[in-house]
This record gives sequence, structure tokens and C-alpha cells, in this order.
Amino acid sequence: MLDPTAPSGAFGATRDGKGALLPLELRRLSYEANGKSVIDGLDLKLEEPGITAIMGPNGAGKSVLLRLIHGLIAPTSGEIVWGGQRMDRALALRQAMVFQKPVLLRRSAAANISHALGLRGIERSERAIRVGDALRLAGLEDLGAMPARVLSGGEQQRLSLVRALSLEPEVLLLDEPTASVDPASTLAIEKLLIETQHSGIKIIIVTHDIGQARRLAQDVVFLHHGRVIEHEPAKRFFTEPRSEAARCFLAGGLVL
Amino acid sequence: MTDLIEAFHTALRLIATLDPDLLGIVLLSLRVTLTAVAIASLIGFPLGAALAVYRFPGRGTLSAILNALMGLPPVVAGLVVYILLSNAGPLGVLQLLYTPTAMIIAQVVIVTPIVGALTRQACEDLLEEYDEQLRSLGASSTAIALTLLWDGRYRLLTAVLAGFGRAIAEVGAVMIVGGNIDHVTRTMTTAIALETSKGNIALALALGIVLLVIAFAVNAALMGVRRFAQRFAYA
Amino acid sequence: MVDRRTVLALVVGAAMLVAAPFTLQADDKFIVVQSTTSTQNSGLFDHILPMFTKKTGIDVRVVAVGTGQALKNAENGDGDVVLVHSKPDEDKFVADGWGVKRHSVMYNDFVIVGPTDDPAKIAGTKNVADALKKIAKAEAPFASRGDDSGTHKEELRLWQDANIDPKPSSGEWYLETGSGMGATLNTAMGRKAYTLTDRGTWLSFNKKDDFKILVEGDPKLFNQYGVILVNPAKHKRVKAKEGQAFIDWLISREGQAAISSYKIDGEQLFFPNAGPQS
Repeated sequence: MLDPTAPSGAFGATRDGKGALLPLELRRLSYEANGKSVIDGLDLKLEEPGITAIMGPNGAGKSVLLRLIHGLIAPTSGEIVWGGQRMDRALALRQAMVFQKPVLLRRSAAANISHALGLRGIERSERAIRVGDALRLAGLEDLGAMPARVLSGGEQQRLSLVRALSLEPEVLLLDEPTASVDPASTLAIEKLLIETQHSGIKIIIVTHDIGQARRLAQDVVFLHHGRVIEHEPAKRFFTEPRSEAARCFLAGGLVL
Repeated sequence: MTDLIEAFHTALRLIATLDPDLLGIVLLSLRVTLTAVAIASLIGFPLGAALAVYRFPGRGTLSAILNALMGLPPVVAGLVVYILLSNAGPLGVLQLLYTPTAMIIAQVVIVTPIVGALTRQACEDLLEEYDEQLRSLGASSTAIALTLLWDGRYRLLTAVLAGFGRAIAEVGAVMIVGGNIDHVTRTMTTAIALETSKGNIALALALGIVLLVIAFAVNAALMGVRRFAQRFAYA
Repeated sequence: MVDRRTVLALVVGAAMLVAAPFTLQADDKFIVVQSTTSTQNSGLFDHILPMFTKKTGIDVRVVAVGTGQALKNAENGDGDVVLVHSKPDEDKFVADGWGVKRHSVMYNDFVIVGPTDDPAKIAGTKNVADALKKIAKAEAPFASRGDDSGTHKEELRLWQDANIDPKPSSGEWYLETGSGMGATLNTAMGRKAYTLTDRGTWLSFNKKDDFKILVEGDPKLFNQYGVILVNPAKHKRVKAKEGQAFIDWLISREGQAAISSYKIDGEQLFFPNAGPQS
């Protein structure tokens, strides 16, 4: 499932003969809801591998942006282009997303993974293998038969993550995945993300946890009022942010 | 008063010895209602799920109608079915009046809205939680509907038990479309009405006790299902 | 948890088990007879029908409603034979073309029953019109069928003969139950009211409390039953052959003997009188 020697994911050209998904280009992207402009003429280009963190104050539009590039909602105007192809359902199926609250079905932990694989048309025998691999990856191999919703918050989120990974996505999107998770599970999840990145999967993570971003991110996209204010390598963002908003944010202040 | 006590003892004896008349009536009632509930579920489950998942014009109206039909007085359902199945009516050629099939049809009309509306509600509640995640996983609307139906299985079971309870206790509709014919369309409820009107309190009581036991059992099953589901967070 | 496929298999299996008996019933030979609650409640059908079925293999399914409803159902074609007790309505039924021919089958009589303490003092009155006058004068409670049945029509004719119109007092001392004979008897006993009933139902009624027969024997209380084949020319699906077989049996020596053999506590309820002419 996660094999560093396998042909690379998002930016390798030979995955099933389909084109690579990177670069991701967003051009004049806008999204309006209830008469309010949430994303306001946003431009962005992501072409480097690794983990990209999207940060910004509450209400900046981070979660909405993630859902736009995953195809869960449609933009009011503008373009979303993955590897030269306009966003469509087929592209969405090459991605997977982990939500802030783990959404698990009323079945066992193993069944949750199996169900997701079934949706992708994976055969039963192959499913069994991937389910086993996924549970081991999450450290949940003894809890496979437990009702998923009885697991602790951290266990549930780990399960959500490996469920997403079992689909072998080329891009993994995460929306504040450890916001309500205990430190031990947070550590486990971050370790998994770092390993995942090494196997060629592009990771885009929305996080408000500055420490987490420092630990994980290769580059940082800083959002404010629905626009990209900064986009640069993580190290430079954390030491020499260019915008007033980012400086205020990193200092722990309220960015208005 | 002594008459009543005597009748009560006779009733218990009829039950204990599995009196064949009593048994025949009970089995017919169960067969009619179980069949009707099965058919109503086969219609109601997909109908409820479809109303929750698919977007189409008239969806809101159809949902409102289904909800309203939950309150359809059973005897009115019987009247409508009677008019349809009578030889003077449009479906008279089917020759179904005064048969158990007619009673099943009437009960299907009564139970389907219950199962359908409760299924729709259950699926809508689940959809609120699951919608984004399932779409992210790439599920089609049909796949989502099927997922919701299985995930909501305990609530669906509750809906089925509610429908069963309503149907087995009903007397007006099955009387009208069945004709209360001895050994053919005489159910527990219509028999109780008849035997009481003949002054045969003992047999009526026996049937009443059996019906009560069934009703209580269904209720206990309902509560048991809920508690079981909650324990595993499957509710 | 339980495997989904097992659950599906169980459900389908149960469904087939439950539905199977109904499919088997489709081939039985049977007729539907629209008759009255009083005839049903007397237990006559339970006694004589098995004899007919044994002889001919034809099952008889009785739908017991009021005379008025029985005739109306037959007009709709929802029956093969009618067996009721209201000659004027039966004759009209045939005259209007709904029935083929009316045959007399049997008779019994009506009686007035009431509480032993008899507030209107009608016990033993020979003339039923006098008894009704006493009841109306005393404004003693009287329970009426009120359901367009043969018994109800008879009752109304008797009030007319006595020159009394009880309708304006409906809800006061004149109680119209709109129900079958048994239910009306229950109501009468509950309200300590007089009521007109056919002797057959009364004799077979299992809960008599303190009620007894107070008025009987007046020739006007004679109650004639007739049987008619529903006209197949009006409704193609009427089972004319089997229906006629039933009528033929009822008016035959065998059927008539079956009717007189029905007794409760040694007392005969119905008296066969299918003569050579109706």
C-alpha cells in the first residue's frame, strides 16, 4: 500500500498511464455563499511534492478552499486545474480527504475500510489484504472488529486516515485532522503523514496549529479574507513572513 | 362478575390446549400481517432512501404526502381498497375481495407510509452526517442510498416493528375487505369483534390475551433493539 | 455483526414461507354468499354448510352484513348468492334484474326481549303493536338495529303498524345502534333496553344477563327468508353453476332437513318452507 519504491504518485507520469496531478493551478477562483464572498479571486500554483500547509485566521476560507479543490463544492467562478486537466469527478477519485471530525459508519472498524474500498470497485480478496495493511498501519490491528464509533477520538481519526490511504490516492487532503485529537494520536498521525509523503503522495493539510505546521510542512500557503497572501517554503514563512497579517498570526495575535 | 371470571378461565384453557380454532385465527393474522409488512418494507425502504438522497422536482411534495399518509385512518384505507377491488370497481376482474390477499393489500397501504416516512427520516439524519464523506469517497447517489439503508438498519427495524404493531391491531380495514369469513379471512381482531357480538366472551378473551401478548412482545422487541443498538453506537 | 448476505437470505426465506399458503388457496371451488348477521350469529351456517361442502366439494364463504348491504353488495357483483329476510326488498332485487329468481327457504320468528323488571309492563302482550305502544308511552329505552337490515326493516314496519314514529326520539329512549344483532343485544343489555331480535340469534346468544323473551307469537312477527342467485347476465363473473347448486340443495329435501336439524338446547331455530312456489 505505501511503498516508497513504487512508481511515484502525484507528480510521476506513469501511474496507470493517467497524467500526473501536479501542478495544481487555481486561477481567479471565487466562491460565494449566502451573498458573502468566501473565496475572492484566489490564485495559487502548487507544483512541489511534499506536505503543503494551508494556514490563516478563522473565516479565511481554508476549509472551503479544500472542498473546492476536492470537488465537493463548485466554484462560483474561476478555474481549478490539476496537471493541466480541469477539475472533474474522475480527478476527484484520485484524491482522498480526511475531515476534522472523523466520519465513520455504524459498522466495525474493518468494515469501514472495506466499505470504502468497495465503493472504488476493489475486489473482495484485494480488499481483505488492504484492510489488514491499513489497520496495522494505524496500530489498530486488534480493534478491527470493534464498532468503529466506540473507538476513542484519536483512534477514530487514525482509522479515517488509513481508510483514505487504503484507496491509494495520489493526493491526500486533510482539514484540521488533529484539532480534537489527543497528543499521542496526533503524533501517530503526523508520523503517518511524513511516511506517506515519502511514498510520493502529495499532501495538502489545513491546520491552525503552528507547531504542527512547523513539524510537517514543506511549504505554507497563508490565506486571509479568501485570498492567498503568502506562499513560500515553510522555513522562510516561519522566520521571515512578508505580510503584516502573517506576522500577527504567527505571533499569536488576532488577525482582523 | 362470576361469568367474567369463568370466561377468563375458559380463555386460558383455550390458549393452553392450543385450541385449533384459536390457533387457525392467530396463524392467519400473523401470516397476513407479516406478509404485508414484508411487502411494505420492500417498497418503503427504497422509497424512503430515494426521497432522502436523490434531488428531483416534486421531492418535497412527495415527502409531505408520505408523512401525511402515516396518519391515514386504517379504516379509510380499507374503504378505498374495497372500492377498488369490488366487482363494481376498476380492479374487480382480479377477484380479490373477501380473500386474505385483499387484507394484505389493505395492510400494505397502511404500513408502507409508516415504513417509508420513518426510513426517509432516518436516511436524512444519517445523510447530514455522512454526505460529504461519502461523496469524497466517490459514492454515487445509489451507493449512498444503499449505505444509508444498511447503516440505519436499527432505525429501520424500529420502523418495521412500528408498522407491524399498527397492522396486527387493526380491525376496520380487514373487516371491510376481508368480510370476516370463517376459516378464510377471520383474523384475531375481526374475530374478537364477532365473538363479542355473539356473547362468546371466552373465545374473545382468549384472542384478546394472545393479541395483547403479541403487542407487548413487539414493544419489548422495539425497546430491546434500541438499547442493543445504542450499546454499540449503532443507533 | 451478522453478515449482510445471511440476513438477506433469512428475510427472503421467511417471506416465501409466509406467502406460500396463500398461493395454494387459489384453486379451491367456492362461492360467496351475502347473508345477514342474524343468520350468521344464530350458528345455522356452521351447522348446514359443512354438509353441503361434503356433498358437492364447493366451499361456501359467507359475508355477514345487514340485509340492505347484502343486497347492495350483490348489485355490485360482490357475491354469487344472497340469503336474506326482507321479501319486499328481495322481490325488488329480482324485478330490477339483479337476481334471477327468489325462492323461499325457511322462516323463524321475531321476539321482543327485555329486562326482567319490564318497566313498560309488556310481558305476555299478545299483540306486538300494543307492546310497542306501551314502550313508546312509557318512553322506556328501546334499542334498534338502525342498519337497514331485515330485522331493522321489520321493526320499522311494526312501528308503522302501531302508528308510532320513534325517529324523533332517536338518542333519547329510541337508541339506533347501527350494528348487527349481537352488538345491538349487547347495547340493549347494557342500557336495560327492549329490542326486537330474531329468535335464532337470541337462543344462540351466550350472554343473556337478566333478559328474557317478553313478547312472542304475534303472526306479524313471522320472519321469512329467501335465497336468490345473483344474475350472471349483469355480472359475468358470478359463479352461476355453483351458486345454483347451493340454492337447489337448500330447497331440496336434504337441505331442508339440514335446516330443521339445527337445534339449540333442543329447540329448533329455523323452519324450512321451500314449497313448490315462492
